Order: sequence, then structure tokens, then C-alpha cells
Amino acid sequence: MAYITCKDLTLGYEGHAIVSDLNFKVSKGDYLCIVGENGTGKSTLIKTLLHLQDAISGDIITGDGLKAYEVGYLPQQTVVQKDFPATVEEIVLSGTLAKCGWRPFYRKAEKKLAEEKMKRMEVWKLRKSCYRNLSGGQQQRTLLARALCAASKVILLDEPVTGLDPKVTAEFYQVTKDLSEEGIAVIMVSHDVQALDYATHILHMQKKNSFYGTKEEYMNSDKWKLFKNAEENRIGGDKK
Amino acid sequence: MTHILQELSFYLSYPFVRYALIVGVLIALCSSLLGVTLVLKRFSFIGDGLSHVAFGAMAVATIFKLVNNTIFIMPVTIAAAILLLRTGQNTKIKGDAAIAMLSVSSLAVGYLVMNLFSTSANVSGDVCSTLFGSTTILTLTKTEVFTCIIMSILVVAFFILFYNRIFAVTFDENFTRAIGKNAETYNMIIAIITAVIIVLAMSLVGSLLISALIIFPALSAMRVMQSFKGVIIYAAVLSVIGAFFGIVLSILCSTPVGATIVILDLILFFVNCIIGKFIGRI
Repeated sequence: MAYITCKDLTLGYEGHAIVSDLNFKVSKGDYLCIVGENGTGKSTLIKTLLHLQDAISGDIITGDGLKAYEVGYLPQQTVVQKDFPATVEEIVLSGTLAKCGWRPFYRKAEKKLAEEKMKRMEVWKLRKSCYRNLSGGQQQRTLLARALCAASKVILLDEPVTGLDPKVTAEFYQVTKDLSEEGIAVIMVSHDVQALDYATHILHMQKKNSFYGTKEEYMNSDKWKLFKNAEENRIGGDKK
Repeated sequence: MTHILQELSFYLSYPFVRYALIVGVLIALCSSLLGVTLVLKRFSFIGDGLSHVAFGAMAVATIFKLVNNTIFIMPVTIAAAILLLRTGQNTKIKGDAAIAMLSVSSLAVGYLVMNLFSTSANVSGDVCSTLFGSTTILTLTKTEVFTCIIMSILVVAFFILFYNRIFAVTFDENFTRAIGKNAETYNMIIAIITAVIIVLAMSLVGSLLISALIIFPALSAMRVMQSFKGVIIYAAVLSVIGAFFGIVLSILCSTPVGATIVILDLILFFVNCIIGKFIGRI
């Protein structure tokens, strides 16, 4: 049984479909990379998976002990966060909020969990530092630690490497790869071709006929060639 | 120095001075707590917009000659707060434009109503005292002081109980929603409390200067402090200091209460900017 199974999913806003017939599965230890051009509904898919929005039709079935709201989320950075006065510890702790239920304060168990995740993401030494003074890579690791506090089975990353330099990007991908090898399912939305190296499954979103399969299947499909060419043109265009 | 202290203890022997100090400090405390969240969420202008709405409501309440103006002003301001928060999410009129629109129209309505229907001989004096604060802070009744104390206790209690959730909603609304917490409800509660504080604070500094009470302590604290908790506590301390000495100074030097407090807050802001530069943070 997979953690998340999506069947004939149609997504969009106010009844207006953006993308239809999505079929894919995410199981323990999977690393699913979601690619696709702008406007093909990647952000909408994320919102739907997080229950922030309803699908127009189709089903999202959660299984294998995964409960709704148990998807750890690493959102794109907002303007508000750039100069936010908060320590790493405060931010990571806020990930455990779901475990508090109606209690107003954190217990020892939540603090212990946050400590464990901070150590895992190597931000423990920075716990008293202010978030706004961290480097881009450290900020992303902090947010990842928070996501891990909220969920231990599935994490969802929304374009996590935007604005990171190549070395930090590679390090960050390696961290996520390690997590998936430890048994956490990773779902990542990315514009970056490099991300595909780490994936086990690919979902290439298009208005219709989206592709879902293992990386090997994807590499042999013409969708990959399209994506690669488009990316190369884009990068080539940037250089010019 | 002893002369000043003597004069101060002379004034403090009057109950109305003590009332003013209690109410001023409490309002400053509450507004600074919420101010941190509002500033960080980029909602600083909501305070400004709402205070203008409260001004308009007060003008309308005056012509109906209600026994207690607050009964009318409070619901109107709360309604405006909820409306502003809703339109903030609506893409048709952007949040800042909606606030600007609402605040200038309520100013206009308020002034027009005051001019047309006022029974008092000194219309511009009335308008001026509503906008910039007046002596009402020195004419508080025991009931008003009591209401203010109850309200402040409620606000502080709410803030402490929901502290962790307020932090989560302020830092990252989408994440908070994704872990199954109702971010809209918390936003709504924050807006309602803001409205309540603004109505209470109108008697202290007047409707044009309320924003200062909300944003200055938060901005000053953000220059120096590194953690969210630190910012909140320091902002509260700064705000209370500003309000207390502002009121004392205004009594001693017979300056307008509101303006004195705001200028003290401004000075505190500059001092904290320098401290922030000095310790090399931000």
C-alpha cells in the first residue's frame, strides 16, 4: 500500500480545470520529482496534496498509516521571512504544533523531537541564531527540520533550491536523498534538471497526458527530451 | 530634581492622574504585543485604517447622542477589521488599496458628519481632539478604567495562551495551514483584538497617532533582539516605558499626551537603532 495514491485527479480553480487525469503513487522511500512548465498546475497539486484546496474530481487516497495533514511541507520562502526575527529553535519547534492538539504550550516530548531534527539537519549549533542572519542553505535546512517535526513519513518540497548556489544546492539534494533512503517519501517540485539525478520517480505535468513513471522509463520517453531541450535552451538563452 | 518629584507626587495624589497612568500603560502593553505580529505580517497599515474607521464611527455616534459611544464604535471597527482581512485575500482590490480607500472615506464621512450635525460651538476643536488625542484620558471614570483593565487582561491572556500559534501564523501561514491548523481563525482573532485595542487607545493618543503605539515598539525591538520571544518582551517593555514617561512628561510640561508619547517612542526607536548598529546586528 502506498502512502499517497492519486487517481484520475483533475485540478484547477473555481471549477476551471488546469490539469486533468493525474495518476501517481508515492510509497515509502520514494523520491518523486515533479517537473513541468509554468501554469501546468504544480502549485495547485501541492495545495491539493496539503488539503489547502479541493480537487475538482478524482481521489487522493492515503494509506500505509499516513493520516491527512501528516505531510511535512517546505514552502517557497516568502518576503515576510527574509527579515523575520526568530531563532532557529523557535522555528523548528513550531513544526511540532500539530502534535500539541489543544494544549497551548510545548511539552518535553515536542522539544525533544525538535532537538533531534535540528541535530539531524545540522542546525543544532545554530539554534540560538537568528533566522535572518543564516545563509540560504542553513535557512532551508532549518525549514526542512521544521517539516520533519511535523511529519515523519512524507515531506513535500516546493522548489527548495531557488536562490542557492550550485555547491549548496548539491548538498541540499544529498540531504533529501539521505532522508528518502532512511525511508521517508520525498516529493519535490523543481525546475532544476539536476534534481532528476536524485529522483526515483518522475511526474512530468502537462495539461493532458502527464507522464508518471520511474526515472529509467522517463529517460527513455520523448517527454524527457522535450524537458531537457527546453532547459538547455533556457540556460543557453541566459548565457547569451 | 526634588522639585520635579514633589510636583509629580502632587499630581499623583489626584485619582484621575493615576487612572490615566494605569490605562495608558495597559493600552501600550496590549498594542505592542499585537504590533509585533502586525508589523511582521506587513499589516502595519491596518492599525492606521482601523483608527480612521473608529474616528468616523465616533463622529456618527456623537450625532446620535448615545450614552456610551463605545457600544457603536466597537462593533463598527471590528466589522471593518474583518472586512479588511477578507479583502486582503481578494485579488480584485489589493489589501493596501482597500485599507487606504476605507481610511480616507471614513475620515471624510467623520469630518462631514461632525461639521453638519455638531451641536458644539467649536467644531475644529472637537475634530482636532479626536484626531490627536485629548484630555479625555484625564477625565476617565472608574468604570472606564475597570473596562480597560478587564480588556487588557483578556488580551494578554489570549496572547500568552496562543503565543505558539501566533508565532506559527506570523512566520508561515501556509505551513500552519498544511499541518491542519486553522490559520484564518487566528488571523481573524488578531484583527478583532487589533480593533478592540484601537478603540480603547483612541482616548489616549487620538485616532491619527494610534499606529505609532502599534508599530514603534515592534520596530525598535526588532533592531536589537534576535528571537521572537525577545522581540515581544522587549517591545512590551519599551512601549510601557514610552507610555508611562510620555504621560508623566505631558503632565509636568503641559504638552499634548498623544504627541508626547509618540515622540518618546520615536526617540526610543533611534536609540535602539544605534544600539543595533553598535552590537552589529542587522
